[in-house]
Amino acid sequence: MAFIEAVMQYGFLQKALLTSVMVGIICGVIGCFIILRGMALMGDAISHAVLPGVAISYMLGVNFFFGAVISGVTTAIAIGFVSQNSRIKHDTSIGIMFTAAFASGIIIITMLKSSTDLYHILFGNVLAVRLSDMWITLGISLIVLAAVYLFYKELLVTSFDETMGAAYGLPVRFIHYFLMTLLTMVTVASLQTVGIVLVVAMLITPAAAAYLLTERLWMMIFLASGIGVISSIVGLYFSFTYNLASGATIVISSTAIFILVFLFSPKHGLIWKTLKVKKKRASLV
Amino acid sequence: MMKDPAISIEDLHVSYFGNEAVTGVSLSVNTGNLVGIIGPNGAGKSTFLKAMLNLIPKDKGAVRVMGKPIAEVRKSIAYVPQRNDIDWDFPITVLDAVLIGTYPHLKLFRRPKKKDKEWAMECLQRVGMQEFSKRQIGELSGGQQQRVFLARALAQKADLFFLDEPFVGVDVSSEETIVQILKELCRQGKTVIVVHHDLSKANDYFNQLILLNKELISYGTVEEVFKPEVIAKAYKGQFAFMNEIGVSL
Ligand SMILES: Nc1ncnc2c1ncn2[C@@H]1O[C@H](COP(=O)(O)OP(=O)(O)OP(=O)(O)O)[C@@H](O)[C@H]1O
Ligand SMILES: [Mg+2]
Repeated sequence: MAFIEAVMQYGFLQKALLTSVMVGIICGVIGCFIILRGMALMGDAISHAVLPGVAISYMLGVNFFFGAVISGVTTAIAIGFVSQNSRIKHDTSIGIMFTAAFASGIIIITMLKSSTDLYHILFGNVLAVRLSDMWITLGISLIVLAAVYLFYKELLVTSFDETMGAAYGLPVRFIHYFLMTLLTMVTVASLQTVGIVLVVAMLITPAAAAYLLTERLWMMIFLASGIGVISSIVGLYFSFTYNLASGATIVISSTAIFILVFLFSPKHGLIWKTLKVKKKRASLV
Repeated sequence: MMKDPAISIEDLHVSYFGNEAVTGVSLSVNTGNLVGIIGPNGAGKSTFLKAMLNLIPKDKGAVRVMGKPIAEVRKSIAYVPQRNDIDWDFPITVLDAVLIGTYPHLKLFRRPKKKDKEWAMECLQRVGMQEFSKRQIGELSGGQQQRVFLARALAQKADLFFLDEPFVGVDVSSEETIVQILKELCRQGKTVIVVHHDLSKANDYFNQLILLNKELISYGTVEEVFKPEVIAKAYKGQFAFMNEIGVSL
């Protein structure tokens, strides 16, 4: 258990652990709404679209949080604008807009800085989390959790049946962009631990595993955060012990959990389902 | 003093990308009526309903509900769309889906309480679905799903109900149950507007009819509207269908 000793001993590891646990929680929470609204692709898009904002913030010397939120939300609006005002379908519009944002981000970064920065932003480096980054992650986590707790009803209705929400007067458009803003903030928090390229896995994989385990939204949210946290800790362990990229180990951990759930989930798991069908058929022989 | 009509519509025009779907409809419905909207496929019935509720943009026209603009009275309206474009795999139980009907009257940040849950259960009971309360919403038949959405509308304690084809895929006895519930609502002074395509039952179910085919063909009591020569105007060209239902020209 050298890992536990190391955590006790090294400040950088404590910061890494706390940050990745928080990221695991909020990715799980927001991820549930993302997959239930069929917006997995949107999650990928927004995470990539924060790149130019991050780059410009570096250039101006301001905290990258602000730039990231602005470029993420702008891209979300641009995606909506193109799909609503033409026959271009939503997923196509997503593909056009986020690649454009991502490409401009790459250009800005390569013009500015060394490629190591780009590498860290793209793939994360949780062992290099600074204290200020940890506080930003904590702030974002509190905002995201408070928002989901307080607006749970509205998020539930608009995710389940948007027409009903609109009919009784909910501002469904606004709620969509509100969720996009939360998504952008979660992405920013995840930059440290898993990096831009793999954020979408943290959003989707734990939530998808939770989706196979329950029929209640609140339960799904708790399970997804739990799975996110376990993946973060296990991933960090492997990253530290074998000197591997933290983003990759965290994501692979969550994938492993997903595969277990996919096979063994009591109601929706492949194995039980097959067994039940077999048993039923055998009983009819 | 005259009471405000439940709904008043003046010169309503709706189009999709320049194609007129509803043109120049004006009418007003008084409180406490059970009104059927009938007309052939593509007549603009669903469009008319959605435009009334301001769920789709209209080109022209004014709609007032209980004398007020729709935005002010949304919480006293329940709408059940023709096709629920919802994800049937959503992690929600039947009871929780009905419970959503109580949300419009809950304040921001408030959660449904025990009495809201009891009320949702009661609504489920009225449509005869109480034994399915714990099922996941997708584990129901089409007709059962339809009844759950009616229960959710009831849970809204609305004054106006708008239902788009609530009888599609519902068996005869459930249809009878639903009609009884709608009639009961009207007796309590609610106004109920139902899009319905089956002409043969229209005269039993409703006390007023709106006959629509892009434009308003006729609106009035069932006796006034349900005449062969009036119906023929809306269903022009569909003679075989007319014969089938016993309307001769
Ligand atoms: N989203 C849309 N985009 C373009 N045209 C539409 C759209 N929805 C409806 N229409 C057109 O508007 C007209 C009215 O459609 P609407 O759905 O209101 O008919 P309806 O009377 O409800 O028919 P049904 O009995 O089949 O439900 C039709 O000609 C239809 O093709
Ligand atoms: Mg229709």
